[in-house]
Amino acid sequence: MIAIFKKEMSSYFNSIVGYIFIAVLYLFSGIFFWATSLFSDSASLNGVFANLLMITVFLMPILTMRLISEEKRAKTDQALFTAPISSWSIVLGKYFSALAVYTVGIGITLVYGIIIAYYTVPNWIEIVGNFVGLFLMGAALIAVGIFLSSLTESQVVSAISSYAVSLLILLMDGIAGFFTDKTLHEIISYLSFSKHYKSFTLGLINVADIVFFLSVCLLFLFLTTRVLEKKRWN
Amino acid sequence: MIEVKKIEKYYAGKKALDEINFTVNEGEILGFLGPNGAGKSTTMNIITGYIAPTKGTVLIDGFDIIREPKKAKSRIGYLPEQPPLYMDMTVKGYLNFMYDLKKVRLNKQQHINEICEKVGILDVYNRTIKKLSKGYKQRIGIAQALIGYPPVIILDEPTVGLDPKQIISVRNLIKSLSKNHTVIFSSHILSEVQAVCSRILVINKGRIVADNPAELLSGTSHMSDKIVAQVDGDTQKVQEIIKEVQGVIEINDISHKGDNIYEYIITFEKGFDIRRGMFKALAQNDMPIIKFDIMEPSLEDVFIELTSRQDNVINGECNETAEDLQGSQEESLNDKEVLNDDNADESLENTAENTSVQRSDSNDSDI
Repeated sequence: MIAIFKKEMSSYFNSIVGYIFIAVLYLFSGIFFWATSLFSDSASLNGVFANLLMITVFLMPILTMRLISEEKRAKTDQALFTAPISSWSIVLGKYFSALAVYTVGIGITLVYGIIIAYYTVPNWIEIVGNFVGLFLMGAALIAVGIFLSSLTESQVVSAISSYAVSLLILLMDGIAGFFTDKTLHEIISYLSFSKHYKSFTLGLINVADIVFFLSVCLLFLFLTTRVLEKKRWN
Repeated sequence: MIEVKKIEKYYAGKKALDEINFTVNEGEILGFLGPNGAGKSTTMNIITGYIAPTKGTVLIDGFDIIREPKKAKSRIGYLPEQPPLYMDMTVKGYLNFMYDLKKVRLNKQQHINEICEKVGILDVYNRTIKKLSKGYKQRIGIAQALIGYPPVIILDEPTVGLDPKQIISVRNLIKSLSKNHTVIFSSHILSEVQAVCSRILVINKGRIVADNPAELLSGTSHMSDKIVAQVDGDTQKVQEIIKEVQGVIEINDISHKGDNIYEYIITFEKGFDIRRGMFKALAQNDMPIIKFDIMEPSLEDVFIELTSRQDNVINGECNETAEDLQGSQEESLNDKEVLNDDNADESLENTAENTSVQRSDSNDSDI
């Protein structure tokens, strides 16, 4: 797992992908930080986090699209699957590398907190809550992204399907509104990422929400290992 | 060392492998010979655990590749048909990654250096893989298979894309590996397998057609029914004389080679040695033979020969003598035609490759 993690990390930063992801994240979060906090004299980072949510959803496929699809296309998966390691180590190695790059990206918000602390006392509970929420949501989206990447050999298909799924996840609340059937409405709105994310933005770290995101991670990582295994048995 | 027991593989309901059954002993170099699409790569992918067989088991050093994959896989070094290279990495980065991936416990830098020296890639050690030539890429692929010096090394067409000089060095490398490793390597080039292997397994259409046919190891010329001769003399007369020789069936092709010299391709009855007769007849008429050679049969000819005996092989009588062969020859004429159609395209391609490699073989001895 560590070998794969190291390889993926170096591949993010040997190519331009890792830098682009982080740079774009810093650029937009910087703009929003300036606009919603510095310029408008507010100690709250809520404006930054609210916008970061959208931005990460759109940037995430950049991190995950090539993780497995590229291995399949270049047939390098043959080296991985004939090495004495399990499918879980392969998937987790890749997963944690994407998660690491993502964490470095959203870590900038903590720097913003420190900047605010220079002027006034920031609401650290709110900032940490937001950060944890954003982290967990990203972690779940990466798991979904890896799963989609394992389904295809094409990075483009992988990226587009990730966008579609991310959008669907964001719009889940609105979609739930269309359903008049009570149970159906509740199931769909329960699956909404933003619903679970919301309590974090208020500084509430709710175990149920943490469990929700962790379950999504586990489910999709598990499905990914199944997809990889299935290929062997077909 | 490697036991393959009755493996079968179906792709979308279609049988790709049919009861492949063989064992490879320690220190053996097993050559896997077969045309493209015969099932060589599928078999190798199953042995290495990349894909699972529909039926049957594979044991590596006693460990089942499906039930104990980690133990079995740690004993295998594998070069797939397309070397599994990360193009954006440097050779150094890649081999270090493969070393970590295989959880090898040797002196890392010394070990990697040793392997690079062995396959001749030290001079590109710090370069990015995508910028290297096909020959280098292939050799990097071989290098990663050697990492950790696993007891079993499996190479799928390792000489494809190499120039003749590199082919020779890779062959020598494979030969040298047999001291400490069990090697399986596949090829669709007959002479290559003959040059390197201590045992040959012929595979066609997902079945083992022959296990270690003696005639493949000792040379295939007796399977031939054609002779190439260059004779100095009036071509009309030469033809008349040759046709008179006992055993000659027909003259297929005549080409001018300069002055009064023509090259003739002559078909003769199998089992007859027409060389003495021809020599005497031409010598009596004062027509010197400039060149004289039995045409090596192409891989396809050998295949037809072997597939026609497929049923016998399954009964365990694979080491027939050449005389037996001729007996079964006629019975299998019908099979032959079917096979010929199927392999028509490949045959052209393979024959071309065959000739080029035979040439490199002769270079081999010069060096």
